[in-house]
Amino acid sequence: MKKHVLSTRLWHWINLISIVILFMSGLNISNAHRRLYWGDWGFAPEHAWLEVPRFPGWMTIPDFYSLAQARDWHILMAWPFAVALLFMWIAMIVNGHFKRDLTTTRTEWKPAAIWDDIKQHAKFNFDHGEGKYNFLQKFSYGMVLGVFLPMMVFTGMAISPGMEPVWGWFSDLVGGRQSARSLHFIFAWLVFGFFVVHLLLVIVHKPFQQLRDMITGGKA
Amino acid sequence: MSTSDQRWAMKRRGVLAGMTAFLAAGCQKVSESTTGRSLLDAAQGWHQGANRLLGGRTGMAKEYDRSERSPFFRGNGSVNPQNGDYQEQVAASFANWRLEVGGLVNNPMSLSLENIRALPQRTQITRHDCVEGWSAIGEWTGPQLSTLLEAAGVQDNARYIVFRCADNLNGQDYYESVDMIDAYHPQTIVAHLLNGEPLPVRNGAPLRMRIEKQLGYKHPKYLTGIEAVASLDDIGDGKGGYWEDRAGYQWYAGI
Repeated sequence: MKKHVLSTRLWHWINLISIVILFMSGLNISNAHRRLYWGDWGFAPEHAWLEVPRFPGWMTIPDFYSLAQARDWHILMAWPFAVALLFMWIAMIVNGHFKRDLTTTRTEWKPAAIWDDIKQHAKFNFDHGEGKYNFLQKFSYGMVLGVFLPMMVFTGMAISPGMEPVWGWFSDLVGGRQSARSLHFIFAWLVFGFFVVHLLLVIVHKPFQQLRDMITGGKA
Repeated sequence: MSTSDQRWAMKRRGVLAGMTAFLAAGCQKVSESTTGRSLLDAAQGWHQGANRLLGGRTGMAKEYDRSERSPFFRGNGSVNPQNGDYQEQVAASFANWRLEVGGLVNNPMSLSLENIRALPQRTQITRHDCVEGWSAIGEWTGPQLSTLLEAAGVQDNARYIVFRCADNLNGQDYYESVDMIDAYHPQTIVAHLLNGEPLPVRNGAPLRMRIEKQLGYKHPKYLTGIEAVASLDDIGDGKGGYWEDRAGYQWYAGI
């Protein structure tokens, strides 16, 4: 048995490319109107709960302010991102990856077990017995695949006025269109946070082998 | 921070900036290539197709309760046109304002505000979403565009409706266009009232379009003409609207 099946590897790299382009073009879009609001409307400083900083050119796509071009990239990359996520979920359920590697057991949720996992991680000890992932990995991968990434898709659709007739109930559920926009921003940074930690953990733990395994699949 | 720490921080920042610059340059290359450009343009078509597939042709934008209106409706873009005879029209309370309905129609019309107010009216409290990100909610009143188009008798070969406007921004006349599906949408109205009052100048007095399932730049203000056309190629720079021509905005603004 190989370590990472083809669908996982394929998704991983498509997801990486689309997320990086979506995030960087998203920061350019954020520069167009830097205030965030809760509720259904908002346009003035006194309505805002946050005024975000202006993101410099080296963080954005394109590397100068262009709402039109940034939206071009965002609109394009939304498709591989959303379709690949759906594909990954179907593949994970069909090939058993989700049930086998990502679902947590009741014993893993015991505070003592969680604390032990955190301590092992802090010591950069990643050897764990049975199974591919330990609790923290299952939990963070589960959150990213099940909450963070889907929320990017769902809140993105809720911001699109053309989706309003079919997806308006979701905006209402989260408190309005501007709430959906705020959540889109918040979840983008949570995904970024995961990206940074994920990358750091790969770098401190056999980076070349892990990189190779995510390309070739690796040995059993 | 020590000097070596600072140097390391600068180096790290340099590497990061270098990587992102490489990515940005790559994206720039793609968007400048013909294939890349057509891919970016195709993507907005996929969104439009998905919107229509899921929401149908007449899927409705949300309508709100009176109590949910914003206390104020901000103006954006042109807020007080200075070109042509617009200021004289303001001084005359738009008594001589005309809306021309023409192009590929059997009965071209020239309507006064009186004529427009005499048509069956629709009132809708909807949310205006600007492409930049802000939103405002207002109550709009006016005849449905479909009423005008049916009266004018749009010919079969017409594929788009072009909106002509009295404001000139940076030397170019503002204009916009939509396809027939959005032109005939029940919430597409020629608004002359905002919150029960004649439209303020900043919101497009005396007439503006409401295309509720698309972003704000699709809702032209200071409306003077409605034109049925077979193609957008010979209008403006051919991209279907002021911002589309000027800055490359997406023609389909439902995304």
